[in-house]
Amino acid sequence: MSNVTIPTPVLFPSVSVGDSLPELAVDVTPTTVVLGALASRDWRPMHHDYKFATERNGVQDIFLNTPNQAAWFERFITDWTGPKGRLGRMKFRMKTSVFPGDRMVLSGTVTAVDTDDTGCGWASIDVALTVGETVASTCEVRVAVPVDENDNPWSRTGDRWKP
Amino acid sequence: MSENVNDDIPASVTDMIGKPMYPETASFPVERSYGYNTLAATQNGNPLLWDDEVADELTGGMIVAPTTLSLWMRPHFWEPGAQGEQVALKVHFDLKRIFGLPEAVMTDNTIIFYDPVRPGDVISNQQVLKSVSGPKTTKLGAGRFWVIDVEFHNQDGALVGVESYTGFGYNRPGAREAK
Repeated sequence: MSNVTIPTPVLFPSVSVGDSLPELAVDVTPTTVVLGALASRDWRPMHHDYKFATERNGVQDIFLNTPNQAAWFERFITDWTGPKGRLGRMKFRMKTSVFPGDRMVLSGTVTAVDTDDTGCGWASIDVALTVGETVASTCEVRVAVPVDENDNPWSRTGDRWKP
Repeated sequence: MSENVNDDIPASVTDMIGKPMYPETASFPVERSYGYNTLAATQNGNPLLWDDEVADELTGGMIVAPTTLSLWMRPHFWEPGAQGEQVALKVHFDLKRIFGLPEAVMTDNTIIFYDPVRPGDVISNQQVLKSVSGPKTTKLGAGRFWVIDVEFHNQDGALVGVESYTGFGYNRPGAREAK
């Protein structure tokens, strides 16, 4: 692949507590669930076998698997940061499953900004994955963003990377 | 996450808590093409993960999506000589069997990202049971929660990530016999 346009990165000085990230809405289909599960090499049947999910797990349909939800959160965050954004950690709780037919909406708010003792700029973000009025999953993300145009969080290694 | 021992947990389980188990090395290297599947599944157009020039400039070479961390340790669905279902998080399935809880879901997941994972890397990991709850009942059924940590290293011994899973194993009243 070539000639990809690099989005303008979010720079640390421009990030403030209370900032909202652009929402991401996705209509979940059976393909969304199955493709996500197989992409993450998750062969468990509740993510591709309707009868197993409904009759064994007792849920209404096949549902998004854990690593795929993580990947959706990653996409949501780096859509905002651009490629220089580097995930430090994410912690998410799946309160209820996400099923085909759901329209999942990811939204996020910056809850903290700080620089660590190496000078790395961090944004903490609370992300909600909602389906209708229901919050299906919540995710706390800590992502490094460049402190200026010349900074690159990906260049940090060893003791200079403190996720 | 703190370790926890509940009084009603059998010794076979308490003996597991805090001990590294199932150290394994992947049977295949990290593959760029397989990594694309996750990007396609989430329509993730991050140029860092698609474009060599961008990856060279920012990270000194191509990397895979950080959240694909666990997939590089997941077994094939089938391979020659394999018997039965091949599973990744073996401690989770041990606990289901020991407690007689045929169903399970994951409720929480924490991932800490260290060195980036690159095509060609060969990942190793090990699992550590951190805690097991007493009996709990949720809308899914009656069972127990447990927390399992997994550390991932590359072929050079560098830490590439740590995951922590909270699972809930349960019995669902009225469910068909497990197959």
